[in-house]
Amino acid sequence: MTNLPQEPTKKLGLVIDLDICVGCHACAVNCKEWNTGGYGNALSDQDAYGASPSGTWLNRIHSFEAIPQDAQGQPVPSDARIVHFPKSCLHCDDAPCVTVCPTGASYKRAEDGIVLVNEDHCIGCGLCAWACAYGAREMDEAAGVMKKCTLCVDRIYNDNLPEEDREPACVRSCPANARHFGDLADPQSDVSVMVAARGGVDLMPEQGNRPVNKYLPPRPKTSSCASSNEEEAPNLVKLAQENTRGGAAQSGFLGWLDNALSRM
Amino acid sequence: MTQHKINTSQKVSDEVKKTTCYMCACRCGINVHMCDGKVRYIEGNRDHPVNQGVLCAKGSAGIMQHYAPSRLNTPMRRVGERGEGKFEPISWEEALSTATEWLAPIRKDDPSCLAFFTGRDQSQGLTGWWAQQFGTQNFAAHGGFCSVNMAAAGIYTMGGAFWEFGSPDWERTKLFMIFGVAEDHDSNPIKMGLSRLKEREAKIIAVNPVRTGYNAIADEWVGITPGTDGLFVLALIHELMGAGKVDIDYLCRYTNAPWLVIDNPGGADDGLFARNEAGEALIWDKKADKPCAYSEKGITPEMAASVSLADGRRARPVFALMADKYLDDKYSPEAVAEATGIPTSQIKSIAYQLAKTAFEEEIVIKQKWTDWKGETHSEMRGRPVSFHAMRGISAHSNGFQTCRSIHLLQILLGSVECPGGFRFKPPYPKPSSAHPAPGRPKGPETPLSGPPLGYIHGPEDLLVEADGSPQRIDKAYSWDAPFSAHGMMHMVISNAYAGDPYPVDVLFMYMANMSWNSSMNSGGVMEMLKAKNEDGEYVIPKIIYSDAYESEMVAFADLILPDTTYLERHDCISLLDRPICEPDAVADSIRWPVVEPDRDVRGFQSVLLELGGRLGLNGMTGEDGKPLYKDYADYIINHQRKPGIGPLAGFRGEDGSQSGRGDPNPGQLDAYIDNGGFWSEELPEAARFYKHANQDYQDWAVKMGFFDAPQPVTFQLWLEPLAKFQLAANGHGEHIPPEHIKEQIKACFDPLPDWYAPFEGERLDNVNDYPYHAITQRPAAMYHSWGSQNSWLRQIHTKNPLYVPGPICDEAGLVDDDWAWVSSHHGRIKVQIKRMEAVNNKTMWTWNAIGKRRGAWALSPDAPEAKKGFLLNHLIHELLPGKGDGLRWSNSDPITGQAAWYDLRVNIEKAEVGEGVSEPAVPAQEPLKENGQTELRYGQEWTS
Amino acid sequence: MHPAKSVIFFTTISGAGFGFIALLSLAICFGIAAFDTALFTSAIIAVGLSSAGLISSTFHLGNPQRAWRALSQYQSSWLSREGVLSVITLAAFVLWLGSAFVTGHAPLWIGAAIAILCGLTIFATAMIYAQLKPVPRWHSHLTPASYLGFGLSSGILLFASLTPSVTALGYISMASLILAWAIKMMWWQRADKTGRDADGSTLATATGLTGYASVKLFEAPHLTKNYLMKEMVFEIGRKHATKLRRISMGLGFVLPFILLMLAAFFGAPIIICASAAFLLHMTGLFVERWLFFAEAEHVVALYYGK
Ligand SMILES: Nc1nc2c(c(=O)[nH]1)N[C@H]1C(S)=C(S)[C@@H](COP(=O)(O)OP(=O)(O)OC[C@H]3O[C@@H](n4cnc5c(=O)[nH]c(N)nc54)[C@H](O)[C@@H]3O)O[C@H]1N2
Ligand SMILES: Nc1nc2c(c(=O)[nH]1)N[C@H]1C(S)=C(S)[C@@H](COP(=O)(O)OP(=O)(O)OC[C@H]3O[C@@H](n4cnc5c(=O)[nH]c(N)nc54)[C@H](O)[C@@H]3O)O[C@H]1N2
Ligand code: SF4
Ligand code: SF4
Ligand code: SF4
Ligand code: SF4
Ligand code: SF4
Ligand SMILES: [Mo]
Repeated sequence: MTNLPQEPTKKLGLVIDLDICVGCHACAVNCKEWNTGGYGNALSDQDAYGASPSGTWLNRIHSFEAIPQDAQGQPVPSDARIVHFPKSCLHCDDAPCVTVCPTGASYKRAEDGIVLVNEDHCIGCGLCAWACAYGAREMDEAAGVMKKCTLCVDRIYNDNLPEEDREPACVRSCPANARHFGDLADPQSDVSVMVAARGGVDLMPEQGNRPVNKYLPPRPKTSSCASSNEEEAPNLVKLAQENTRGGAAQSGFLGWLDNALSRM
Repeated sequence: MTQHKINTSQKVSDEVKKTTCYMCACRCGINVHMCDGKVRYIEGNRDHPVNQGVLCAKGSAGIMQHYAPSRLNTPMRRVGERGEGKFEPISWEEALSTATEWLAPIRKDDPSCLAFFTGRDQSQGLTGWWAQQFGTQNFAAHGGFCSVNMAAAGIYTMGGAFWEFGSPDWERTKLFMIFGVAEDHDSNPIKMGLSRLKEREAKIIAVNPVRTGYNAIADEWVGITPGTDGLFVLALIHELMGAGKVDIDYLCRYTNAPWLVIDNPGGADDGLFARNEAGEALIWDKKADKPCAYSEKGITPEMAASVSLADGRRARPVFALMADKYLDDKYSPEAVAEATGIPTSQIKSIAYQLAKTAFEEEIVIKQKWTDWKGETHSEMRGRPVSFHAMRGISAHSNGFQTCRSIHLLQILLGSVECPGGFRFKPPYPKPSSAHPAPGRPKGPETPLSGPPLGYIHGPEDLLVEADGSPQRIDKAYSWDAPFSAHGMMHMVISNAYAGDPYPVDVLFMYMANMSWNSSMNSGGVMEMLKAKNEDGEYVIPKIIYSDAYESEMVAFADLILPDTTYLERHDCISLLDRPICEPDAVADSIRWPVVEPDRDVRGFQSVLLELGGRLGLNGMTGEDGKPLYKDYADYIINHQRKPGIGPLAGFRGEDGSQSGRGDPNPGQLDAYIDNGGFWSEELPEAARFYKHANQDYQDWAVKMGFFDAPQPVTFQLWLEPLAKFQLAANGHGEHIPPEHIKEQIKACFDPLPDWYAPFEGERLDNVNDYPYHAITQRPAAMYHSWGSQNSWLRQIHTKNPLYVPGPICDEAGLVDDDWAWVSSHHGRIKVQIKRMEAVNNKTMWTWNAIGKRRGAWALSPDAPEAKKGFLLNHLIHELLPGKGDGLRWSNSDPITGQAAWYDLRVNIEKAEVGEGVSEPAVPAQEPLKENGQTELRYGQEWTS
Repeated sequence: MHPAKSVIFFTTISGAGFGFIALLSLAICFGIAAFDTALFTSAIIAVGLSSAGLISSTFHLGNPQRAWRALSQYQSSWLSREGVLSVITLAAFVLWLGSAFVTGHAPLWIGAAIAILCGLTIFATAMIYAQLKPVPRWHSHLTPASYLGFGLSSGILLFASLTPSVTALGYISMASLILAWAIKMMWWQRADKTGRDADGSTLATATGLTGYASVKLFEAPHLTKNYLMKEMVFEIGRKHATKLRRISMGLGFVLPFILLMLAAFFGAPIIICASAAFLLHMTGLFVERWLFFAEAEHVVALYYGK
């Protein structure tokens, strides 16, 4: 059913914290592991041990190098940072991947907003992947159907799993707790609160897809030149001067030592 | 239209088996979901103390490793030449009797002709004991090329090390500094910990030439020039001491800062501690105006003045010597800024942040405790600054001293074993003196005097002949590397090849890819393994090797003992080796066969025990002369190192109700399995901090069997054993080093933490020939060489570029994807580069161990790992550049023998694309079998 | 974007087919063509081309056996609409012609409606691409205009080569070539000005890393090519674009135009000139269509540092 549902009342999605993601690929591999035996066809690998291995993944980790700018807008390469960036389907509210699908295989669930592919109906035309600006869909070469992040729909409601495990595989496995799962339509939910507090952003808002998943940007960092601490730093120096630099370093230091010992 | 209906409650698995991951040495707990007898899904075990449910990329790819086509199928005997990879399958009986035939005569004549070295091993409790019983001192695991600097510096200084034996107080620390870490052995716990810090908005400062991974998320990055951390840390110490921002009370109580050091320049006792008759070190009590034993209560120590002892000798407190040394302007931030590449202002700012956090953000836990002197304290005071360091520090020739400097800084701040600081994991801390000295050979058919690896305390403990020559094949515990507590595995092959100090007959190795990524000078090592004498015999006559996969090393062995995968065997992660304890809990764990092997393979430990039995080794042979233990599981349950102490500490005693000490329990392994594959017990509340001096902890540790009597630790800022070596180098005492080593000992064995320039750069004729540094990092999603056989992981790291700093690219005219020649004093390699800015501008780097030999690992010969991947190891030599003195100087830390991987100096120039293949292109090894598998659809049978 | 042969074949051939059907239908309405055997042959060719195009479009499907499902989502999906329209158009055309043959009579307004349906079908085909916001070059009204232009020109050329008796067709063909290529040149002109960032998408917006002097890819998620890179990060096309554009215009416009001139002004046999012109034109269109895909940049390439 390729018409989008009316604004779902529940919008399940992920919040990804770029400030803490260390780029370890755990979420990506665990996602592949869970999903290769889970919902829909296996995630196949081609030329697995050969010259040009490739495979179907529902989540991939990119790393970017960002060069900050100074007050004059000039780049400061010496303060370049690496930002690790995981990416899976964002379960967009205005999901173009759904509306372009000719077969109705691609759909957005009315009850929770999860965007899914009915693989039995998918003809593997690839149009939905073209329609997705984020590269969140991958055609499985072996099955000839479109694969994408299911938000672990076969975990989050799965009665066979203990309650605490009913969350996406990538969220459960992320060692750095950089991935959070919840209802982004509910402003009170943990994820919504986090997004509000940390200024969570949409990816490519200009594409007009209204993604549900949000990214928390890296927090500001002290530049390696540490100039921002210049004001605080002198305290220690001053203390040092009072205590040791007065006369010969030795006697100053010893003076301090005497004091310190007598205070014990 | 209605929405597609799906079943959201698919069956997940038939059964969940809980065991321990071994996709790396972190030892996380895993739940293995089984479907139709196959592995459906592996997830982290939420109850497990190490990973608390999370799982890394490698762990999640366990399925692909377990079912990898590269698995060995059967025992094999070499039929081609070494290195070719041609084998014939043989039976286990043939394999075991061949090994016995090779080993038995050695044991009869000269057990040291066996060199038994194990690599990524987690059963040194067993393997070390086996070597001891065999009677060969030539045993070690991989620690010597891995991180012995870390381990030894920690143990000698404070009775425990960063490594896996301690951890920051993640829940309380407010300022965390991480030095030279990419992944670490504690990879999941560190990620979890960093995340906890972020949640609490604690500050993270990363000291690392490269700003990726953990360093990328740090709040502040110190892009240090490799090998200069010691200078940086001593500059911090300079600032803090100068400002009086050190914890004097802590230093007086817990360290040897007040201990008196004999001041007798040129004398035979200079630098040793003043001691009483009982051998106890002395402190000058200012109130009583006389020396007292350090263990006495209520001393008001003299910390500064020089004193006169009863016998007229002069002595000075350690702290005064520290002031002399560290207040010197050569350690000022201004003086070290250029060498370290760290701006003066940043050094000062960090010193300030350390002082401020430690002393103004003190935290207090209301918990009464009693120290080892019997004094009670109403609270536990914490200085919430913690440090962690790993191979970026240790893999240098100055790593031991640098690591000691870091410990010194922590201790000066009073932040070791306090709330918010760095915390030990039981059974640590344990003073170096409580570790036995390395076992000595006692002749044919006789066990060593003790375990082969241990801690030395002076020249008298060295394993050297009367003429000073090394007794061990790797020259560990010799004058070359006296404190080599983990042996020097990286020297074994080259020494055995050179017959220096002597040739060996059998090289027996386990789980170490020594012809490839775990050797320096890999090309050279392959030649050494292949080298023949004039009589046509191999220089290293026989090589036995146990691997589970078709690695590069397999091709060089004569006899292959194929191991199981980690899901197919018993393993024991024991308190006798590297357990899984946490600061608040003691814990150990097991692996057990959750899948039955479908090949003719056997767990190596079981094989080793059987071999031990066949050889008639003590403790492994029954009264009937047959092997005593049925298999490793039998050993784990029934072996006792001392009465009541066995490989596993949990569920002991007939009924499994005891822990730590207790009789063997036949149901022990089942109890572990029922408990999720591990056992853990919390420390009593009062025992959780200040363990080194905490009587409650000490009593509990004795009860648990860590030691038989309390072993409090006084932190050794001044390291007397080093002073003893300096004395020896100055000609004092019975044991005098060979002439050529004296200068090195004098220069490097400073009893106080010190910095000297890394050797490789120093030994070059002209440093400007190799102006840059080149290092490697662990990729999070790959474990050394063995990840490439994994069809999922290899898609992530199919090849490795060399990341080159922007300024060097500009100078050398390099752009992304260009090919370049990178050269060192030893050789050159051709690699593809990528430009990067977030890196120290003199340092290039690459991911470790991605390059593969063609034909290995059941990959196709044109795999990118072999064509575009590369090893930096070809540039790193196990020996330093020649000095023209004709002597072989190992490229290692002169104190511990730690391999100095990261001292490497290089130059770079643009290369022609040519064939677009990295060089050297080592010729292929013969694949053991055809690998026809190209498309995988793992799990298709379970999909809905 | 990856230029799949089947899709190139589909869009060009079915464009020509439907263009031809439209002209045939109009010709009948306006009495230019009669319901005779010549028409019958033409119709077979027209239907053949369109269906061949349609069938070829299933070749790149992962599961062509389910292709019929693609007819279901005409409410939202241009691909579905294209399918439905082509089936209706073809069916209507065949029924209409069939009934004319059988009854000797067919309502002419139906012919007009069929012509419109043909136009809509070509439009729908074009909209499959024009609707894609992540491919800014395609995301333009000029895309359907250009598809319609080429549908018309290839249809007319084919019509001219099969209907040599109508001399005016030569001039009309020349006009249609000028029209189609004029639109295409406008399309190219726009395309050249329309970078991947046309809608403001940059690596900074793609990653949310705004406020930096620059952001670049440091490490790709996987070091060998994955589906996305093979499908959407096709780089070879852009390298040879200028040369290939010349070739496509040479084959698709210049040579056919010269041939038509020869026929119109120098008495060369129209049947040969027009059919040669048609074949050259189609070849030119293959190149044009290859470029249409190969030159197009998808914003997802940002994530791959391309
Ligand atoms: N350039 C450079 N070189 C380095 C380093 C570096 O930082 N830079 N690091 C060094 C360090 S710290 C280390 S620890 C070494 C690591 O190097 P190695 O210890 O050689 O580690 P691996 O490459 O993992 O090889 C271990 C071998 O164990 C085999 N194996 C895996 N699982 C099993 C099993 O279950 N049973 C058996 N019997 N065998 C198994 C693998 O197939 C492989 O052949 O590399 C060192 N080399
Ligand atoms: N995923 C994964 N995990 C592993 C392994 C693996 O292969 N893969 N291997 C395991 C093994 S055997 C080991 S030993 C551990 C090692 O764990 P790590 O200590 O994390 O090992 P390396 O990757 O060698 O990281 C060394 C770090 O030090 C930095 N460095 C190099 N020189 C210097 C220096 O002079 N100063 C400073 N400050 N930094 C420097 C490097 O940039 C790098 O970030 O990891 C273990 N864990
Ligand atoms: S598992 Fe977590 S930290 Fe690792 S790459 Fe994924 S999101 Fe980042
Ligand atoms: S991210 Fe892509 S695949 Fe996912 S809903 Fe949005 S457009 Fe569709
Ligand atoms: S590939 Fe499948 S899901 Fe995607 S548009 Fe085509 S039919 Fe729909
Ligand atoms: S939610 Fe599930 S399917 Fe989606 S990325 Fe995470 S693990 Fe993969
Ligand atoms: S860190 Fe990863 S590979 Fe290592 S033991 Fe834990 S889960 Fe396994
Ligand atoms: Mo290591």
